[in-house]
Amino acid sequence: MQKITRENLINKAIELLDNGTVSRVLGWKIGEFAYDVTPAVFTTKEDLQKDFIFDDFCNANFSKYLIAETRKAEEKVLVFLKPCDTYSFNQLLTEHRFSREKVYAVGIPCEGMLDIGKIKALAGEGIIDVIPGEGSITVKNLYEEEKTLAYGDVLTERCLSCKSKKHVVYDELMGEEGDVIDSNRFDEVEKIEKMSADERFAFWQSQLSKCIRCNACRDICPACTCEKCVFDNPKSSVNNKAISDSFEEKMFHIIRAFHVAGRCTDCGECSRVCPQGIPLHLLNRKFIKDINSFYGDYQAGQEEGSRAPLINYTFDDLEPGEAVGRGV
Amino acid sequence: MRKFSIQALDTIFAKIAADEKLYLPVDGENGSNYKLWEPGVQMSDALNTVRSAKDFFFPQTENLIEFKVTGKQIDIIDVRNENEDFVVFGVRACDVRSFDILDRVFLSEPIDSYYANRRAHSVIISMACTRPAETCFCGTFDIDAANPAGDITCWKTQDSIYMRANTDKGEKLLAKLDGLTEECDDSAVSAQQDKTRRIMERLPLANLSAEKFGGGKTNEFFNSPAWKELSQACLGCGTCTFVCPTCQCYDIKDYDTGNGVIRFRCWDSCMYSDFTKMAHGNSRNSQVERFRQRFMHKLVYYPENNEGIFGCVGCGRCLAKCPISMNIVKVMKKLGEE
Amino acid sequence: MSINSEYKPKIVAFCCNWCSYAGADLAGSNRLAYPENVKIIRVPCSCRVNPMFILRAFQRGADGVILCGCHPGDCHYTSGNYYTRRRMALLFSMLEYLGIEKERTRVEWVSAAEGAKFAATMNDFTQTVAALGENKRLEDLRCKR
Repeated sequence: MQKITRENLINKAIELLDNGTVSRVLGWKIGEFAYDVTPAVFTTKEDLQKDFIFDDFCNANFSKYLIAETRKAEEKVLVFLKPCDTYSFNQLLTEHRFSREKVYAVGIPCEGMLDIGKIKALAGEGIIDVIPGEGSITVKNLYEEEKTLAYGDVLTERCLSCKSKKHVVYDELMGEEGDVIDSNRFDEVEKIEKMSADERFAFWQSQLSKCIRCNACRDICPACTCEKCVFDNPKSSVNNKAISDSFEEKMFHIIRAFHVAGRCTDCGECSRVCPQGIPLHLLNRKFIKDINSFYGDYQAGQEEGSRAPLINYTFDDLEPGEAVGRGV
Repeated sequence: MRKFSIQALDTIFAKIAADEKLYLPVDGENGSNYKLWEPGVQMSDALNTVRSAKDFFFPQTENLIEFKVTGKQIDIIDVRNENEDFVVFGVRACDVRSFDILDRVFLSEPIDSYYANRRAHSVIISMACTRPAETCFCGTFDIDAANPAGDITCWKTQDSIYMRANTDKGEKLLAKLDGLTEECDDSAVSAQQDKTRRIMERLPLANLSAEKFGGGKTNEFFNSPAWKELSQACLGCGTCTFVCPTCQCYDIKDYDTGNGVIRFRCWDSCMYSDFTKMAHGNSRNSQVERFRQRFMHKLVYYPENNEGIFGCVGCGRCLAKCPISMNIVKVMKKLGEE
Repeated sequence: MSINSEYKPKIVAFCCNWCSYAGADLAGSNRLAYPENVKIIRVPCSCRVNPMFILRAFQRGADGVILCGCHPGDCHYTSGNYYTRRRMALLFSMLEYLGIEKERTRVEWVSAAEGAKFAATMNDFTQTVAALGENKRLEDLRCKR
């Protein structure tokens, strides 16, 4: 259950709209069901009171939306940022993707968000209500059945291995500040590294062959902000939307992960939105883990203006031959 | 109507699979999907597959023809392989209707022979729903989840499976199973249908109406200011179109293999920035226009050209899979308000 | 086994214009033999090599890909090969993580004076890849028809 309520946030938004600090509010909009929250721009008190929501399903990271939103008007836009969102925000600032002066950022605490896919897998289809409680949720369905599920079983993958409850950037903070967490986020990567080459190949082959080339992982990614992606460029000869003999998917996912290597804040949006359930974060985390081990710890987005490891070097960096397989 | 005990399911599958390939929904780590039946494979009881059944007739990627280049000689290689009989078991009412919708596109002149062949070589065995999900709204498009179409319709109860043939192809297959099934009346089926229909009435989207939409409404909705607001969070990914059982847009491309060319077609999505890109540029330059196209196509353009039949079947896949939870239901409600 | 039926792996060698390509040239003019199945692609600098080039080489039938550039510190453009070193360390580590044999990829620094090193490197790399056999894990079957 979230510690900060919908009302807290609405009041803050109305206050900032009323005193003229901002003209628009980037927020989560209530959906048809208990869980289908959509990012939206609110401009009036009435809209906020009617449609604004903050609950355990407010997964969306708004950082990337700021690129388009800040170009729309001169006035500031209010954005609510969960701790992990602030890293993406900082990273985009580092890359000069939007203007800091046009944003009023309010940091909000987050107790972890839920994965509706996991809830459906455990409680079945037909969900009409999800009631948050202490340490567990109660799920009600169309068939008058009720199921209680522990938070630990239904948190999104990224929240289970949350790296930080601390906000690295904000204009104003609501609630209490948290700490950077000594997370277990590299455990899964290590598990794969310890497999034999054959097992690793079999694992990734089975995962990546599920890909339907919908590009959701790329389009949601706050680090993927090219105006025109190479995979959308007919002249690049790589935009084969086809899934074919397993090569195109591998190429797409290797390049996607490589292009954000050193800039990926590990926000986990890619895996969250994959309609096929591919653990894409395990590719990104491999790069993060390697960067940490080869070139020293680096957290993208932690500090505005920091130089990403792939646009940096030292004279005595590891040779590729020494580096490969070092984690194993 | 014929019936057989649920214990005999594997025997029935084996009998069908002896002559033709049999595909059915099977549970996997990421929900259920259609798989080839082999002894030991269990049918899923999930409401619907993650990917739709359109893949059987309109696969995501399909090679159309190959050219092999040797020196100055070019050989044309026929790579067609769509003339194999197969049976699809357990298709839900919404997906069965989606074949109708695809038929109207691919089987009208000029007929798409790849699609036509696959349709001609298939037998569709549908399965009535008993536990619809909150995302279901097939009723909006006059689909009866308790009485799906298809060559054969099945109803599954606690202990038995009931079958009714609807077409000649279905009769033929059912006749082949004669020794394994017995004649019965439809009282058990009617009871189940009544129960399912009562549940359908209680669904959250039961009152969603498509009345305001249909052919001839282009001017009414095309310039609606609502599109901008509806599409503002859209990422421009292709998830909705790729899980959709009725989206039928594709691209044809040549792949240079280094020693020839493979001409293939693959699904395309109106949500993509390079869709409708032509020599002069792109006619839909913003996500607002791309987003509008998808929903106008399903709710207005398609019915305009197809006797009022909508291009959506209410399966709910896009509701479940959209990364930002924007979908046709929200679009219909918003546009319907005006 | 006759010479003709012996398996010869296809090797793609990206060589930087200023050092390694000149090194290959020197190997040639010194009549140092290296396998003819090494296909050299000249690039302005080793850091011109985009990860996609490496993947594309495998897709088009390469069994091994080697990238040669100036020794660190000697880059014609001052620092290009330092970036290459980081990029390739990460890319090759990722390929290994995906189960692709790590011996199929290599980075070697070869100066314009090192004709002998170029030939020895290519001989060694070809042998290593030959021992692994055909590239099956990053192949595109369409290109093998």
